[in-house]
Amino acid sequence: MNYAASAHADLTAILPGWRATVLFMLMLAGLTVLLGRGVYLQGIHDDFLQKKGDARYSRVIEVSAHRGMITDRNGEPLAVSTPVESVWASPSDVEADRQQVKKLAQILGMDTNELKGRLLDTSRDFVYLKRQLPPDQVEKVVGLNIPGIMLQREYRRYYPAGEEAAQTLGFTGQDDNGQEGLELALQEQLAGKPGSQRVIKDRRGHIVEDAGSLHLSKPGSDIVLSLDSNVQHLAYRELEYAVKQHKAKSGAVVVLDARSGEVLALANYPGYNPNSRNNASNKSMRNRAITDLFEPGSTMKPFAVATAIETGKVRPNTLINTENGVFTVNNRKIHDQHPAAMMTVSQIIQRSSNVGAAKVALSLKSAVLWQGLSESGFGVQTGSNFPGEATGKLRDPKTWRPIEQATISYGHGISVSLLQLARAYTIFASDGELKPISLLKLDEPVAGKKVFSERTTRALINMLELVTQPGGTAPLAQVSGYRVAGKTGTAHKLEDGRYVNRYVASFVGFAPVSNPRLVVAVMIDEPSNDEYYGGLVAAPVFSKVTGGALHALNVPNDAPLDNVIVPPKDVIKEEV
Amino acid sequence: MLPGSNGLNALLLVAVVMCALSVVTSQHKARKLYIELQKEKEYAQQMEVEWGQLQLEQSTWAAPARVEKVATQQLRMQLPKNGQVRFVKLNQPVPRPGAAFAHPENGK
Repeated sequence: MNYAASAHADLTAILPGWRATVLFMLMLAGLTVLLGRGVYLQGIHDDFLQKKGDARYSRVIEVSAHRGMITDRNGEPLAVSTPVESVWASPSDVEADRQQVKKLAQILGMDTNELKGRLLDTSRDFVYLKRQLPPDQVEKVVGLNIPGIMLQREYRRYYPAGEEAAQTLGFTGQDDNGQEGLELALQEQLAGKPGSQRVIKDRRGHIVEDAGSLHLSKPGSDIVLSLDSNVQHLAYRELEYAVKQHKAKSGAVVVLDARSGEVLALANYPGYNPNSRNNASNKSMRNRAITDLFEPGSTMKPFAVATAIETGKVRPNTLINTENGVFTVNNRKIHDQHPAAMMTVSQIIQRSSNVGAAKVALSLKSAVLWQGLSESGFGVQTGSNFPGEATGKLRDPKTWRPIEQATISYGHGISVSLLQLARAYTIFASDGELKPISLLKLDEPVAGKKVFSERTTRALINMLELVTQPGGTAPLAQVSGYRVAGKTGTAHKLEDGRYVNRYVASFVGFAPVSNPRLVVAVMIDEPSNDEYYGGLVAAPVFSKVTGGALHALNVPNDAPLDNVIVPPKDVIKEEV
Repeated sequence: MLPGSNGLNALLLVAVVMCALSVVTSQHKARKLYIELQKEKEYAQQMEVEWGQLQLEQSTWAAPARVEKVATQQLRMQLPKNGQVRFVKLNQPVPRPGAAFAHPENGK
C-alpha cells in the first residue's frame, strides 16, 4: 500500500485561497475611495481646488470710495479729504538686502530692527510699515524699488476753518469714518460705498488684468451746511476775546437765521485745532452750545410773560406789586436787583424783576405755564440731529410746588442748552412761529408751529427792545444802524445742590427789530474779572457779532447810524 | 476613414492652432491695453488729488481770519466811520456833493 504518496500529497502547503481575495478586495476598495474622492473634488465639489488655483494669481481688492466734502452755505470748503499714501509690506514677497532695509528704515523714520522684525513676520500677508506719509517720503520709498513693499492710498481729512468750527464739524478716525460731530452724524452720506474688484496680479504684485468687478464703488456725496464762514469767524473771534477779557471758564455763541431756523454760526470756546488733535483736551472738544445744559436765569422771563399775555391774564401795562424787591414763597425769599413797589409787566422785563416774573407765573395754572414753556422748545429736541444733543427736562407740572413754579419763571430749576434758548427766541423774531433747527442749508423753508399770537409776539418785541435802551439792563447790546431787542441773564450756578456766587452771563436777542433776520445767543461761563452781569459781559459780544453779521449779510438798516445811546459806565452798572 | 479626409484633418488642425495663437495674442493685447488704462486712471487720480489740494490752498489763502489780518495790518484798511457813510436809494435824487462816493449815472 502506498500511503506515503497520498499522505505526501495531502501535506503540500496550500495558502488559504481567501487571503488573496481579501487583499484584492481591500485594494479595490482603496482604489474606489481614491477614485471617488478624485471624482468628487474634480467634478462635484470643484470650487475648492478652483479657489486654491485662483489664489495663486488672482485677488479681490477693495476699491475705496472718496469721502464727500463738507462746505458752508456758500460753497467754501470746511472739510476736505486729501489722499495720502500708507506703506505696507507682504513679508513673504519681500526681497531686500541689509542695505535696502537700512535705507528704508531711514526714510520711514523707523528703528532698523523693528522694521526687520515686521518684514520677517511671514505668518502675515499684510503688515503696515508706516501710515499716511507725506508725498516726498513716498517718492523716496518708491525709488528704492523693493519687491513686496507696496503703497496703499488712504485719505486724510483737513479742516480749513481750523478751530473756529471744530466742535461742530467733528473729525474722522484713521479709517476715514466719522467719530464726532457732523462727520459722525452725516457719516452715511459722506462715506459712500466701497467697491470690490477681482484682479490678476503678477509675481511682483502689479495688477495686470481686470477680471471683472464685483461691485462698483460709489463716491460719498458733498454736503452743504447752513453755516456761513464769515459769520462763524466773527462769532468765534468775539467769543474768544470776551472769554479771555473776562477770564471766564468757557463760552458759546449761536447765530440763527430767524426765519428759517438755519444755524449761521455756532462757536465754542475753548477750541482746538482739528488738523492736529494731539494736544486737544477733552473740554476743548465739547460742543457746549448743543451738548451742555445750564440754568438760563432771566433769559427765561419773556416766555412766562408771553404765556400770561397770551392767556389774557395780564397786559403789557398791567401793574404788578413787586413787594419792594422781597417776595416770600414757601418760606423762600425771592430778591430783585432793583427793588420797586410797583412795576408794569413791561418794566418787569426791562428791569429784569424776579419778583415780578414770579408773580406773573404764579397767576397761571401750572399746566398752562408748563405748556407755554414746552411749546417754546424747552425740554424737547431742537431738530438739529447733532450727536449728543442735550434735551434737558421740563418736569411734570403736577410735581411743581409754588416756589418751583415761581423760580422756573426766572430760569432756575430748569436746565436748557444754548441752542434751545436761541431757538426759542426765534418765536419773537418770526411772528410767533417756532421752527426746527437745521445745520444743513435749507433750499425751502420748513413749516414751524405757531406758539404765540402775533399780538402777544409784538407786545414782547416792544418790551425786549426797551431792554437794550437806556433804562434797560443791556444798553451795551445796541448796534449802530439797526434796532435790536433781547434779554439779559445773570444766573447763579448750582454746586452740590446749593447756589454759589459764580455766574453764567448770557444775552439772547434778535435784529433788526423792524424785520428780524438774525437771532444771536451768547453765553459766558464764570466770568471772574470783576464784572459778571449779562448786560456787561454778554451784551457787548451780541452787539459786535450782530453788527458784523448784519453787515456781512447786507441787511438793510432800519435805524440811523448814530442811534446808539450809551449811558456812562456807572449808570450802566446800576442798571444791570 | 473617408478618402480626402486627411486633407480636411490637416486643415482643421491648422485652423485650431491658428485659433489658439490668436487667443494668446488677444489676451496679451488686452493686458497691455489694461495696463495703459490703469496708467490713465492713475493720472486721473492725480488730477483729483491736485484739485483737492488746490481747493484747500485756496480756502487757506481766503480764510476770513487771514483776510482780516492782511486788511487791517498790511493794507491798513478800516470800516467807514458813521460820519463817512451815505445812503443812496435807487430812483431818488442824489444828495449834494460833500460826500465821497461815485454817482451811478456818471459811471465813475
